[in-house]
Amino acid sequence: VSGRVRHAVFLASGAALGLLLLWAVSGLSPFGQYPGPYGTILNRIAVPQRHVTDVVAAVTFDYRGFDTLGEEFILFVAVSGTALLLRTERGETDVEPQHAEDVDAEAQVGDALHALCYVLVAPIFLLGIYVVTHGHLTPGGGFQGGTILASALVMLYLGGEFASLKRLASSERTEMIDAVGAGGYVVVGLAGLIATGAFLQNIVPLGPIGELYSAGTIPYINLTVGLEVGGGLLLILSEFLRQTLQVRASAQAKHDQSSSSARENAPKQDGD
Amino acid sequence: MIPLLQAAALVFVACGGLAVVVTREPRRQMVVVSFYGLLLAILFFVFQAPDVALSVIVIGTVALPLMIVLALTKVREQASLREQREGHQ
Repeated sequence: VSGRVRHAVFLASGAALGLLLLWAVSGLSPFGQYPGPYGTILNRIAVPQRHVTDVVAAVTFDYRGFDTLGEEFILFVAVSGTALLLRTERGETDVEPQHAEDVDAEAQVGDALHALCYVLVAPIFLLGIYVVTHGHLTPGGGFQGGTILASALVMLYLGGEFASLKRLASSERTEMIDAVGAGGYVVVGLAGLIATGAFLQNIVPLGPIGELYSAGTIPYINLTVGLEVGGGLLLILSEFLRQTLQVRASAQAKHDQSSSSARENAPKQDGD
Repeated sequence: MIPLLQAAALVFVACGGLAVVVTREPRRQMVVVSFYGLLLAILFFVFQAPDVALSVIVIGTVALPLMIVLALTKVREQASLREQREGHQ
């Protein structure tokens, strides 16, 4: 297909799509005017019914808690698949750095950045814990807090402390945190099923509105989601880092060896 | 005031999305994508979704660019390895 034909096809289909979009947009209600009933109803009933002050949490972890369970398992499967793809394959070797200096030399991070990242790890981690545990009171929750928790540990890598990150977030540990988080959600659901006959039914006292211990099972589900998201994200990122910093094609290693030995010995065999 | 902010955020996000597509060099594109994540965070914030803004800050500006740069490094490494092998034969 020549360039001109391609442009003609693009212009025609682009114009058609644009017209369809305009048609669709013209049928929308005016900007800021919400016509559906659910938002208004939820704003009115969620606080007295579920004792939350963050209505979004009541929707995601209670009214449609089963959907969120599905979403959580989408993430779980995606993380598992990514970890599987990032494994050490045949023909590759996992080069374990012998000394901490090897990794540090590779990272080449300035003192200022190193210090800044070190100082930031603990406050970011604390913020993550806060966001996870206060999901039913203020905007946030397990998903948001989990990503913040994972990013706190990624700060270690940005500060040139890959060895520390690896020690703290070994694959075994992050895998387990990921799995415990995903399973914990199901356990909370099953507890409701056993106690009341309905999956994910609230079984914990609702508590006073606006207090940390309130909103029934929502904070516990938030906790499991926080573990799952934090562990999963950390697992993916550390596997990516391991692939880049440690895993070498063993062909290269062999090649380097053979070429160096060839240089040392008589350069007779030249077969690869 | 708030509709004005919302309109501005929408325009910024539209421009940012265009900038991501127009940038062709992957490494530069990664930097642009992380700025785009920040623009998205502002958009979500002015549309009263601060929780989503929080997660897009982490995912869009840290996790995604980091994954891209790591994947690029791995791809480059493989390419240079292949070149080396072909150069020797």
